[in-house]
Amino acid sequence: MKYLCLVYCNEEKLHSLPESPEDAECLACAEMLSNDGYMLGGEALEPVRTATTVRVRNSKLSITDGPFAETKEQLAGFYLIEARDLNEAIQVASKIPPARVGSIEVRPVRELTPHA
Amino acid sequence: MSDIPLERVHKTVDDIYRGESRRVLATLIRLLGDFELAEQALHDAFIAALQQWPRDGIPAKPRSWLISTGRFRAIDHIRRRSRFNDSLTTLAEQLESDVSQEEIHNDQEIQDDMLRLLFTCCHPALPPDGQVALTLREVCGLTTEAIAHAFLISPTTIAQRIVRAKAKIRDANIPYEVPSRYQLSERLDSVLRIIYLVFNEGYFASSGGSLTRPDLSAEAIRLGRLLTQLVPDPEVLGLLALMVLHESRRAARTTREGEVVPLEDQNRRLWNRGQIAEGSALVQQALSMGRAGPYTLQAAIIAVHADAQSADQTDWEEIVGLYDVLLQVQQSSIVELNRAVAVAMRDGPAAGICLIDTLLQQGELIDYPLAHTAQAELYRRLGQAAAARAGYERALGLTQQEPERRLLKRRLAELPDKKT
Repeated sequence: MKYLCLVYCNEEKLHSLPESPEDAECLACAEMLSNDGYMLGGEALEPVRTATTVRVRNSKLSITDGPFAETKEQLAGFYLIEARDLNEAIQVASKIPPARVGSIEVRPVRELTPHA
Repeated sequence: MSDIPLERVHKTVDDIYRGESRRVLATLIRLLGDFELAEQALHDAFIAALQQWPRDGIPAKPRSWLISTGRFRAIDHIRRRSRFNDSLTTLAEQLESDVSQEEIHNDQEIQDDMLRLLFTCCHPALPPDGQVALTLREVCGLTTEAIAHAFLISPTTIAQRIVRAKAKIRDANIPYEVPSRYQLSERLDSVLRIIYLVFNEGYFASSGGSLTRPDLSAEAIRLGRLLTQLVPDPEVLGLLALMVLHESRRAARTTREGEVVPLEDQNRRLWNRGQIAEGSALVQQALSMGRAGPYTLQAAIIAVHADAQSADQTDWEEIVGLYDVLLQVQQSSIVELNRAVAVAMRDGPAAGICLIDTLLQQGELIDYPLAHTAQAELYRRLGQAAAARAGYERALGLTQQEPERRLLKRRLAELPDKKT
């Protein structure tokens, strides 16, 4: 099954705590997950202040500055993984370095049904 | 070596995963001393198989290959992680020096690993719901999602139970071993109880809209079979007999629409003769080993039912006798209730009503819906509609199970109207 591991963290603290992971460690983690056959894709994200939110209402495009919602923890990155079940996905998620300073939300991927 | 068609390798790996992955895992847990490390190693070993077998050919002993590869990969993993954590270096060195090649491939040890895994997952220090979830996932190889689906619980809850159980095994140092001889019978009881609990959840599903969940029962029977190969104990045979004999009635227990069919109304031609023969032979084998325990005796009772053409032609004398013996080894109000029903079949409904009245007065069964149902059935047979109605209504107020409730409503509707 596919799971999306969403990395949430307070952006102010992501790089400033003693426990904060260095980029090198995150790269090594991604490489390891990839070698182990778990990783389908993943990236780190620029801070939310760089975000732009897009909506289409009545065929009209609207664009706003910043994220969809203000939250205490922000989306900082994501890993799309393939795991046997939820417990294996949890095990993989527990190895993602920012889990030490933020949280990882593990979400099963819903397969869309190609319905007529 | 020549290349092997990728499709064939994938199919072989799939087959080996289904047949061997639990055994490989069981051995890896012993070699690595940790569930999570072992699970990762199992995963790595199968990934390596998918990469290497198409090129190098399928090894002569795939299981040994997977065990060695998994162990090697785990040590390699720890070494790589030790770049960020010094304490892991020592662990890697320890794991590397711990084990000799002979130990890895010792057949008896590997055979015992499945038992170690089962006894650890059913360790009495773990909460019962944790034991069930862990056994189904680690020993049977079910996914978290499949277990959640079977118990109608969210996958997160099941995942939590599994994570907690594993943490307890690690933190409390629950040993990965087959209990010593003097502990074996007590610990075996707890393993048998978990297996029977899994079976019952699949057979008598305690809640929800559907009466049975055959997958869970099939897993429990598979575990029971495995245990008979590993532990020569009469109750292990007795439990397998009990489950197989229950299973033999599955097709007759419900209608196509999912309605409950009580034993006396079941179409006995739907009973599975092959399973009855297997179950009865197991009962005989267990009885011949001496001391008959509760599982064997319950199985013996079903075997007597299975011999009869109809409820009327059942040897109720024999069944009452078996319940008497069962009560000597397992004092239980539910067994008393079942005995009362058998007595009613032997001596007439009034005798049964008298016994059930006494049981209900003792209080333990007062909230047990089947006690009231049984009482009502006997009143119905005596033609005492009002008393029967009262019993069915009490049972209806106590049961959560939809098919059971529909049966009770049907029974109530069939009773002659009180006003006429």
